[in-house]
Amino acid sequence: MLDIQNLQASIQDEKQKTKEILRGINLQVRPGEVHAIMGPNGSGKSTLANVLAGKEDYQITNGNILFNKHDLLSLEPEQRAAEGLFLAFQYPVEIPGVNNMYFLRSALNSIRKHHQLPPLDAMDFLTLVKSKMKEVGMDEKFLSRSVNEGFSGGEKKRNEVLQMLMLEPKLAILDETDSGLDIDALQMVAKGVNSLRSKERSFIVVTHYQRLLDYIVPDVVHVMVKGQIIKSGGKELALELEKKGYGWLEDQESV
Amino acid sequence: MSNQYIKQVVKKNYEYGFVTAIDTDTFAPGLSEEVVKEISKRKNEPEFMLEWRLRAYRHWITLKTPTWAHVNYPEIDYQNIIYYSAPKMKKDGPKDLSEVDPKLLETYKKLGIPLHEHAKLAGVAVDAVFDSVSVATTFKEKLAEAGVIFCSFSEAVQKHPDLIEKYLGTIVSYRDNFFAALNAAVFSDGSFVYIPKGVRCPMELSTYFRINAANTGQFERTLIVAEEGSYVSYLEGCTAPMRDENQLHAAVVELIAMDNAQIKYSTVQNWYPGDAQGRGGIYNFVTKRGACRGVNSKISWTQIETGSAITWKYPSVILQGDNSIGEFYSVALTNNMQQADTGTKMIHIGKNTRSTIISKGISAGKGQNTYRGLVRVLPTANNARNYTQCDSLLLGNKCGAHTFPYIEVKNPTAKVEHEACTSRIGEEQLFYCRQRGLREEDAVSMIVNGFCKQVFKELPMEFAVEAQKLLEVSLEGSVG
Repeated sequence: MLDIQNLQASIQDEKQKTKEILRGINLQVRPGEVHAIMGPNGSGKSTLANVLAGKEDYQITNGNILFNKHDLLSLEPEQRAAEGLFLAFQYPVEIPGVNNMYFLRSALNSIRKHHQLPPLDAMDFLTLVKSKMKEVGMDEKFLSRSVNEGFSGGEKKRNEVLQMLMLEPKLAILDETDSGLDIDALQMVAKGVNSLRSKERSFIVVTHYQRLLDYIVPDVVHVMVKGQIIKSGGKELALELEKKGYGWLEDQESV
Repeated sequence: MSNQYIKQVVKKNYEYGFVTAIDTDTFAPGLSEEVVKEISKRKNEPEFMLEWRLRAYRHWITLKTPTWAHVNYPEIDYQNIIYYSAPKMKKDGPKDLSEVDPKLLETYKKLGIPLHEHAKLAGVAVDAVFDSVSVATTFKEKLAEAGVIFCSFSEAVQKHPDLIEKYLGTIVSYRDNFFAALNAAVFSDGSFVYIPKGVRCPMELSTYFRINAANTGQFERTLIVAEEGSYVSYLEGCTAPMRDENQLHAAVVELIAMDNAQIKYSTVQNWYPGDAQGRGGIYNFVTKRGACRGVNSKISWTQIETGSAITWKYPSVILQGDNSIGEFYSVALTNNMQQADTGTKMIHIGKNTRSTIISKGISAGKGQNTYRGLVRVLPTANNARNYTQCDSLLLGNKCGAHTFPYIEVKNPTAKVEHEACTSRIGEEQLFYCRQRGLREEDAVSMIVNGFCKQVFKELPMEFAVEAQKLLEVSLEGSVG
């Protein structure tokens, strides 16, 4: 599914100084697997998610990424999306005046077009989206609102999960989708992810807290520190981190 | 802005930049009392018209070009402009479409303006103004059945001189400003609309202005009178050929709404904007004003301004009748080197008068976009209300947005609200859309259209679609 080899990426700050953020990431995700990436603030977790989705702010200085046999780094963001890569944003943006339903339908049909499928007509779309909204506990009134405009933090995250359910990606990356959520919303996010879990579909769940992993049980847990994955293990690694904190691994690293 | 699409965006050519080769009756450049007299004579005008023009001319020569607007351009040499140019016609002008020069019909066809009444936009009556004169007006008979007068200004002067004498210059006096005075002296045609008492105009009326001749100024006047309890929706559109020289367009529009009357006036302005280096383009210096004379009357301006090198324009409403309503909805786009200084004036005189101002400015390339608005509440205007919202959207980092709201309230019961916001079309928004699978150009047009939605929904349906497309074309290749 996804094969990241020695990925290095940097960003230029306001003073045009180059700052290295990813310092040689290696990661393999097979179909059907759920990988959790944990790590302290500033370790590069979100950068990794954004680089995978194709955000232009970063310079890729080294490395390769294969995604379903495609050279991911050579694809435009919309091509990556069409190939089945989905990023649930940490901070979903507001797009005033753009109807939420229109946006979602355009996105879905744009991806369908890429796969030479006919566009979904308004009726079929509406039936589908309403059933998915029920799953994530969203009121239908959100369909007629503008994309994320005036949504609360939790509503924005639900909207991200709704989009994920509609677009049915092959690889979904959740960038701290759990941050700022109450326990109900958290369970809803987990329910959404679990309902999509299948042998063909993979997930990368970026999170600070072990809590989410009680609901989305990962196959592999990685710990990222200072732009590198310094430890990988099973789901019990997350519990250990919860107890000992990241300091435990950072100390090991420096030894 | 780093993204590739926006970099390419404004290279698309202006679609309407062609020239029609046609025989014309054209004056030599220059302006004098003689020229004013000659225009009046050419149009066979009654004495009162000539007198009025001459008074305007004599006033104009005492004036200086206004300099308060936030626009820059070299001084205009008014002696170097041609003040009259008209396609040559048979003696009395065409009686119907079969007598109109086929080249003219072809021109309008190319512009997508139907002069044949069986054409696609069959619900719209069109007055087509070509350089200095009106060449055709459609659906006149059908409108006459309803008692509606819709004709060129020249024809109105001949057939309805009483109405013209009664209303001409009552809303925009020739003493109003420099360009209004110039227009009054030399205007050569335009449209006249009269809706009698209690009549709801059975179709949309529209005027299509086309500048064709080189080095020629276009000065037209529109006068719309809506009698008690009547309703009319009127549209205007404009285009011009691509030329390296700037051309002047100085129009005047006057609207009058009596008791319980409503006028809805929509503009899709697409004059040639000049090239990417700022060569050529139309100087669009226009005075538009409406008076809600009667109680419960309503005047609504909607404008989509995408063309012109420079736009200087403030469609305004004088809210005289009690409970009258004034509205101004505007989208102004400036790309490349375009400059726009536009907005409105809402003058509250009557009691319980209400006004709404929604202004959306979009700047791309090196475009400069200014909102300038005045809300004035006079001591008589008890319980007057105003709501103003002006938003600016910047595409790229070489353009500018400016807001100059003036508010003068002299009645303590008035309520005036003003909201303003400026935003940059976000990399974040674009990335979000693209991550969901939308192509970059679709994402840009989706975001821009979302920004303009409040205004587009005020346009008649066919024109809302047109305006959306126009915006897309105008933005293509825009931001560096």
